[in-house]
This record gives sequence, structure tokens and C-alpha cells, in this order.
Amino acid sequence: MAPLRLLARLAGVLRFGRSYNSWAKLTVPERIEEKRRAALLGGGQARIEAQHRRGKLTARERILLLLDPDSFVEFDMFVEHRCADFGMEADHNKYPGDSVVTGQGRINGRLAYVFSQDFTVFGGSLSGAHAQKICKIMDQALMVGAPVIGLNDSGGARIQEGVESLAGYADIFLRNVLCSGVVPQVSLIMGPCAGGAVYSPALTDFTFMVKDTSYLFITGPDVVKSVTNEDVTQEQLGGAKTHTAVSGVAHRAFENDVDALLNLREFFNYLPLSNKDSSPVCECHDPSNRLVLELDTIVPMESTKAYDMVDIIHSIVDEREFFEIMPSYARNIVVGFARLNGRTVGIVGNQPKVESGCLDINSSVKGARFVRFCDAFNIPLITFVDVPGFLPGTSQEYGGIIRHGAKLLFAFAEATVPKITIITRKAYGGAYDVMSSKHLRGDVNYAWPTAEVAVMGAKGAVQIIFRGKEKHKEAEYVEKFANPFPAATKGFVDDIIQPSTTRLRLCRDLEVLASKAQSNPWKKHANIPL
Amino acid sequence: MAKTELLIFPSHPSSPSSLILSLQVHVKMADETVCVGPAPTSKSYLNMDAIMEAIKKTRAQAVHPGYGFLSENKEFARRLVSLLILIVVDISMGDKIESKLLAKKAKVNTIPGYDGVVKDADEAVRIAREIGYPIMIKASAGGGGKGMRIAWDDEETREGFRFSSQEAASSFGDDRLLIEKFIDNPRHIEIQVLADKHDNALWLNERECSIQRRNQKVVEEEPSTFLDPETRRRMGEQAVSLAKAVQYSSAGTVEFLVDSKKNFYFLEMNTRLQVEHPITECITGLDLVQEMIRVAKGYPLRHKQADIPINGWAVECRVYAEDPYKSFGLPSIGRLSQYKEPLHVPNVRVDSGIQEGSDISIYYDPMISKLVTYGSNRAEALQRMEEALDNYVIRGVTHNICLLREVITNSRFVRGDISTKFLPDVYPEGFKGHKLTDPEKRELLATATSLYVTEQLRSQRFLGTPRVAIVKPDVKRWELSVQLGDATHSVTVSNNGSTFSVEVDGMKLNVTSEWNLASPLLSVTVDGSQRIIQCLSRDASGNLSIQFLGTVYKLRILTKLAAELSKYMPEKTVEDTTSILRSPMPGAVVAVSVKPGDMVSEGQEICVIEAMKMQNSMIAAKTGKVKAVHCKTGETVGEGDLLVEME
Repeated sequence: MAPLRLLARLAGVLRFGRSYNSWAKLTVPERIEEKRRAALLGGGQARIEAQHRRGKLTARERILLLLDPDSFVEFDMFVEHRCADFGMEADHNKYPGDSVVTGQGRINGRLAYVFSQDFTVFGGSLSGAHAQKICKIMDQALMVGAPVIGLNDSGGARIQEGVESLAGYADIFLRNVLCSGVVPQVSLIMGPCAGGAVYSPALTDFTFMVKDTSYLFITGPDVVKSVTNEDVTQEQLGGAKTHTAVSGVAHRAFENDVDALLNLREFFNYLPLSNKDSSPVCECHDPSNRLVLELDTIVPMESTKAYDMVDIIHSIVDEREFFEIMPSYARNIVVGFARLNGRTVGIVGNQPKVESGCLDINSSVKGARFVRFCDAFNIPLITFVDVPGFLPGTSQEYGGIIRHGAKLLFAFAEATVPKITIITRKAYGGAYDVMSSKHLRGDVNYAWPTAEVAVMGAKGAVQIIFRGKEKHKEAEYVEKFANPFPAATKGFVDDIIQPSTTRLRLCRDLEVLASKAQSNPWKKHANIPL
Repeated sequence: MAKTELLIFPSHPSSPSSLILSLQVHVKMADETVCVGPAPTSKSYLNMDAIMEAIKKTRAQAVHPGYGFLSENKEFARRLVSLLILIVVDISMGDKIESKLLAKKAKVNTIPGYDGVVKDADEAVRIAREIGYPIMIKASAGGGGKGMRIAWDDEETREGFRFSSQEAASSFGDDRLLIEKFIDNPRHIEIQVLADKHDNALWLNERECSIQRRNQKVVEEEPSTFLDPETRRRMGEQAVSLAKAVQYSSAGTVEFLVDSKKNFYFLEMNTRLQVEHPITECITGLDLVQEMIRVAKGYPLRHKQADIPINGWAVECRVYAEDPYKSFGLPSIGRLSQYKEPLHVPNVRVDSGIQEGSDISIYYDPMISKLVTYGSNRAEALQRMEEALDNYVIRGVTHNICLLREVITNSRFVRGDISTKFLPDVYPEGFKGHKLTDPEKRELLATATSLYVTEQLRSQRFLGTPRVAIVKPDVKRWELSVQLGDATHSVTVSNNGSTFSVEVDGMKLNVTSEWNLASPLLSVTVDGSQRIIQCLSRDASGNLSIQFLGTVYKLRILTKLAAELSKYMPEKTVEDTTSILRSPMPGAVVAVSVKPGDMVSEGQEICVIEAMKMQNSMIAAKTGKVKAVHCKTGETVGEGDLLVEME
């Protein structure tokens, strides 16, 4: 970093130590050079140091860490803001590049478009120029077909610019929407992100946060206090913990800037570049025909006993690597990316360990959004089912479990990517239908010997059928339905398989399904129950 | 493990079925299985009624009670005998004191001591001279080292008598004292005997079991480096004479303490199969269980004393699911997510009852397996053990492989310079894992960074033809910063096919491997010397944990740039651990001694956690007031669970 700092110091001298006259005397190449140096310095050494003191990296340092060495190609280094009010027109208030660094580069050799907001320049506030720079790379990303990664660290709108700033936000929002489903969009919140600004990350596919140094909220603690008289800290209101565990706004949080950027590189490798590309396939050392003996005993004998669905996922996927999305939110469903024989797959699983793995409002929404992302970007879906049903109760009904549950149903039904389902234990009631069942165009549906596909558990069923009079009928019901046969004899599951063979079957099926072609009837767009 | 099985398998179609109590793997191997109850042993393996019921149901004709549980239970034996069921063990010896008297009668050396109460200091000196120094004075009512003194001469005896009686009075309200011979640097060496119902008895050599923690054996070997043929013969003959004196007829073990001058003293006799019996089988070629069944059926022994050989050397390591960094081993639980026994290493025997996917629960002893290696001499057996430990894949639970490997490679152990105090003597500050030498550290750093670069390179390799061309970064040399423990090292890695040229602290090393990132075992050659390492985890943040020389090392590998920028990252606040008490292991809370608002002083007992036969007293780390108690008596707690908060 030493040369950069030297450069920075030099540029600082140049910026503040030279009068207009001396500037005018410089040749054009010298002036280009000087502008570039100034752009590299952002808001100047003092502000860079302040940024570091906050435990944050600068916009450029972040890009250096995110992208492959020497791969960043910058756009619009000479763009300056256009505000002429409140003294903003003064030379010392102009920063080449303004408050965002944009461009394209490579992550493990693959193309990505990046913008990184520069908190050292006017607190990273969004000017018309700033928005225009972001829009420019988004437009190109859309044309080329490559993901957009936003590194957010901005105090909000450039208030001095008024409506121009607001217009800028809207221009970005529009592009977020147009890019949606065409190229993956990822937001990494690395500082404040408040007010209107929050809607850009909200429109992207994934929002990640940095613990302790990033916040997302519509209105900050001061406004909250004055409006609702609530006392709340920034962290409580919109910190990483709040959004990853309570609101579900963010998909994951990382320890610090370095950690977050390194993890983002890893995450990027799971994504196809666009909806025109198939799911990426990495070199894989894990044998595709590996038997997973662990799985033969993983489901407990007692159907009331919990186990960890993540254990099953880890043991099946390549090298036990599973990039979980929203690990702390709606934990009764597990979603995330992994690889099978090198190919990215999206994994959805009920989590018996949390609330018996039932579906409720939050888990349905979490699952649905993930399924739709995978479908949009050609990522095959692997679904592990152990679901006792939808969560009953007034809070769920009043909250609209019917329309929220419908989202997951909608998402699975609409998806045309390869869909493979494994029923590990319970598949009860409507939830059975929802969880990528054969009826929703599941390509391959397996049942483990422990599977129980039924309308409900034996106890409840017997109570309804016999009005509680014939308790001993419970055993009969268990005998009849608490096993995989009823579904298998009707062809609703394609096979009953030894759990240890699951990995090799999934890998084999994916190989076959790679050329799957399926389409939905023409429509402007479907009308998912939002 | 929620159910417990009682297994039955006919050893031979025409011979009586024998019965074995066991877990998981054996359940699969058995021809017939019966569930004897839920997981807690009191309701299953110790539930005599349930077991008798199972025996009746299966019409078993013989029972082999194994070790532990009911294996030495007289009542159980009586009930079996009353049903005319053959029990493949002889439960004729009584409890320890009784057997000591029997031993004396059979002219077996016992620890010299004075059986009565010592009146005064003068009498103490007289008795001490009779027994011979060093002696131990201990409180008659004693325990836990209170009121215990060791004396090497008359003066120390007088002084010791005075202190001990005072301490005994204040600790137990009883100042009566006993005196016995103090065994200096004792070894625990036991003799395997085998006797039939026709007054024949053999000794099958000794087992050296001195490496212990909390009186539980950890490493055993046969033969002992310490015994000469003459001592071995004398011990063997005494053991046989004891067996004959009590008309014992089965396999049994006579345990001795042996002092530094090869004096040996009878400790106790175990009238069952011992856990460590495989090493005897390796060396003598006898199948002890088969012999037990034969003699139980009434057949005479097939061997003469002269037929019992010492063929080579055998070592047994007890592989436990426990954390050796805590008191040489506190139990850990979990699911064996990956488990591979090192059976590809020659001359390795693994006795285990678990497999990949098994649960290690709080209900049973946390032993994973008995790992036995055999060689034509000790060095060979130990070398194989080292290899076997390195090749043993156990994931999902904390295990003691690192302690075992440290013990068998420790220079004192290799010399045979051991005693029952070996662990506390060698690790007075507690076990801290392997201490890397500088060359070892360089080797670890070079291996870890090569692994890191391998993964970085692989993550750039996508298959198929991409729509947008891939432009791989043109990096030939990786400048890395590696954090290992408190130190940060600069490491440079250059790649040339499967070989990496690594520069660590100015030294160049060549690292070669197949670099299979999915394999749990990685064979790595560093500058020509080969080693097996295990990469337990690696993540995108650059964290790696690598099992190297048995010990797991945590490293963080970053590019120079990332390391440089990391210095700006905020320090995360660490939890103040003095004001909270967390469970160091999974277990059951058997007692809670405080309630919110109580004042406690540092070191005071707060609660007791019981896990796998052990009670662990949890003490306060500071003096203060109890803010909240998060556990209740009878509750099960997991490792790291919050028990008590202090203000």
C-alpha cells in the first residue's frame, strides 16, 4: 500500500498547495495526471484516515480486495458533480470522480461490474453525477450480461442538489428493476444506507451487511424519536443483526470489510453471469459417486425427534461447502448455494430442528424468493422435504399465511429449472404439495425409506376419521400412510432410495437434466401473490 | 442413540449361543437383537430385569457380559446361574479389601502397611521403620489428599504425623491415621491370567498401563519396557497362584503397582475381560474371548505356560471423544460426520462400535475406539501407531488423537521412562497440544499456504465454454501473510504444476501433493519427507484448520494486500468470561449450589455437571454476586451453555 499512500500524499499537496494560476500553467498531460491522482485520493488523506478509524476501508481499497489483481477498469474518473448552489461550485468542493468509484473487473477471472460509494467525498452522498455513473455501468452490465455488485457506503441524498439527487435514485431503481432476472445484482452494505437509498439494495437479489459498521433504515434514530418517541440505537434499528435475524432485509452479515469482500468473492463463484448462462461448473475433486453412509442413520427412528437438515446438506454436496442464505432468519427453512459435481445448485430444505420445520409466513417468503432467483438464473433446485405442515394459529392467519404460503407454492410451480426433491421424513398436507412435489413438475422426486407422505400425522388423522373413538386405529393409519409406499405406488415419488446413494443419484440426474427444456405459457409476467 | 440393543449371535450352529451387550455396529452384526430399554444405562445396560427378560425371550444359553456395566455384578451372575445359563466369566472374587486378604493368603505381594490405627508419633516411626521408607501417612477417614503426608525418614514421619492428625481432625473431625508403604513413581502393570475349571492356570504376560489420567488408562503396551524376564515370571507366578487360590476359572487380570526398584505390589484383581485385552491377543496369538467361552463350558486349557510367547510388541491407544486440552480429557459429544479408521495402515486393529453417522451421546463412556498397532519390536509398533493416528479421520466430535500422538512420540515415553504420573509430570501446566519446532512450523506454513493457493487456483477453473471469456489473473507468485497463534509470517508461494516452491522466513521449501481438496487425508511431501495432514476446515475468509502432527492448528491466510488492510478492521469486543460461567462440556446438572443474589467467593463451587461417569465441579472465577442462574438440577446442558451470570 505504500506507493498508494505516497501518491495520495503527493496528490494532497497538489490539490491544496497550488493556486489556479499554477494549474493553468500545466500541460494537458500533466493536468490529466493530476486529476487522476486527485481521483485516487477521493476526499483526501484526512478523510481516508477518518474512514480507517471507523474500521472501514476506502471505496478503492474495497475494489482492490474484491477484484482480481490488476483487473479493475475504471469508468468516469473525471466526472464531477454539477451543483452550483451553497458554494458547491467552488474548486475545492469538486472531486474528480465525485463520491463513487465505478467500473468493471474480474472475480476469479469472471466479469463483474462494480460501483463503490466513497464515503470520504461528501459522505458518499448521491449526486446526479454519482447516480449517472452507477447507471452507466448498470446499462453496460445489462447489455454485456454480467452481474452488478454495489458496495454501499453513503450518507444519503446530496441535499445541496435537491431533486436532481432524487432523480438519480429513481434512475438507479429503474435499472435495478430492469436488470432483475437478467443479471444477478448483489449489494454489500458497508456503511450507512438510509432513506430512499435503501431501496436500491432492496431491489437487488442479495443484500449482505458488515457487522457493527453498516446500517440500513428508512429513517434514522433521531427521526424515529421525534415521530414515535421511541429510543432506539442505529444498531438496534438497522444493524446487521436486526436485518439478518429480525426483518429479513439482509441475507447475511460478515465480520468486517475484509471478511465481507473475501466472502463476496466466494459467493460470486456460485452465480451465473446472466440469465443467458447456465449454472457455472467448477472443477470438482469430490467423487460424484461417493456413498454417504452417514445418511443411512441420520433420520431418527422416532418421528418426533429433530435432526439438523444442514448436516444432510453438508454430507451430500461437494466438499461440504454450503453458502447459506439468510442463516439467522426464518430458520425453519434452510436455503443456500452448493455444488454437485462442480455445478451450482440451489438448495431448499425444511429444518426439523427449528419449529419442527413447519412452513410459516417468513419461511415461505424466504424460500420463495430464493427459488425464484434460482429459476431466473438457471440454477437447478434440490429440495429436501421434512415438513409437518403450515404453522397454525391466529398470528399466522392474521398475518396472511394464505397469501404468503402461496408465494412458495407459486415459485416452485413456476420454476422450469431442473427440480429434484428428496422426502427425508414427513411430507404432510398442503405443505407436501408446496415443497417441489411431483405435481408441481418436479423432475425427479425421491423418498427415503423414512418418508411419510400423508395428509397429516396419524394421531390427528385418526381423531378426524374415527372422532376419537377408536384409538387403536392409529397403528393402522401409521401402517397404511406413515411410509413412502402410498406415494410411490401412485408414482408421486419416482423411487424409494437408500439415503447413502442420494449424492450419486443427484449428480447423475443433474447430468441428464442439464439439457432440460421447459417453458411456461406466454405472458407479460405472472402475477405472484405479493 | 435412543435405544439400546441386546445382541445375540450364535458363535457356532451347534454350540450354545453367546450373548453380547453392545451398540450400533454390533447391532448390525448380530443375528438377533433385542432392545433392552432407553438410552440411560440405568434403564438399559444396568437394568437386570430387562436383560434377564431378553435372555429368556431369546432362549440364550450363554452370556458374555463384556466389560463395565453388569460384567462384575454378583447378583446378575447369581440370577444367570439360577437359570442354568452359562456365564462366560467367573465372578468369585469379592470387593477390593476382601481380595487383598485373599492375596495375602496366596502369598502375593501386597502394599506393606499397618492395618490398625497409629497411636502416636513414636509408634508411627516404629511402624515406618518396619515397613521401610518411604511411607505414606494418611487419615483413616480421609480422601482427596487431605491429611496425607509422605515421609522419607524418621523426622519427616514425626512431623507428618503431627500435621496429618491436625489436618485430619479439622477436615474430617477424626484424627485417626494409617501408615502404609509409599510407592515412589509407580507403574501400573497388570498380568493377564487364564484359568480353567481343572485347576490349570496360565499367565499371559503383562500389560503396561501406566499412562493414565484420572485413574483411567489412555495408552497401554505389551510387553512392558520395564520388566525383565525374572520379574515377569515372579509377577506371573504370583498372579497364577492368586487365581488358583480363589479357584478362578476364566480370563482375569491381576493388577500390580511396580516401584522404581521393580518391587511389585498387588492392587486388585479384575474378574472379567479387560478393555486392553487386544494387545495380549496380538502378542500371544490367543483369542481371549474364545478361551473364556471354552473354559466356561468346562474345557481344559489348550496351552502350557511354556507355549505362551512374547511375539513382537503391541500398543493400544484409547481414542476418546473428549477435549484433551481440558484436564487431559473432558467428554465431548456430537455426530461423527466423517469417520474413517486407519485400516489401510498395516498391522492395525481397531475395535470400535461406531461408524460414520453415529452419535456420541452423554449416556455412555466417550470411547470411540481402541486403536491397536503391532510390530516386530517397540519402535515399529510405535511408528505404526503414529501413522495410524495421522490416518484416523474423526470429524464432528472433539477427540484426543493429539494427546495420544504426543504421548507415543514423547522422548520419555519412547525411552520407557513412565509412571502413573506421566501426564501431570510431562504437562504440569496441562496439555497444550504439540509444540512446533521451527522446521515443523515452516513445514506447516508451507503446506497450509500451498493448500490455500491450490484452492485459489481451482476457484478460477470453470468447465465448459463461457459466453463471456474468462480472464484468469496472471499471478505467478503469491505474497501471503499467515497468522499462526500470535505470530504473523510472511510466506511467498510460487507454483509449478503440483509442486509449490515456498519461502518461509527466508527458507525455501518444496511442497508436493496430489492436492485433492475433497479428500480428508492429504499426503504431502515437503522437501522429500512425507506426511499425512488433515484439513478440517477452510473458509473464504482465509481461515484454515489443519491437523498436523496430530494437533489441530488454526491459521489465517491472507494476501499481503488483505493483511495490510486488515489492520484497519475494528477489534471485536470479547466477552468478559470472569462474570459468566459456561458449561465446559455437555452433561447433566446434578447440583446447583447458588441462587441469584448469593455472594460467592472466587473458587467457590457454583454447580456440578456430570458427564460420562464424571462429576465436574464448576467454580466461580471471581468473587461477586450471582446475577442469574440459567440451569436447574436434572437439566442437560450443552458445551458452552450459559450456566450462571455474575454481576
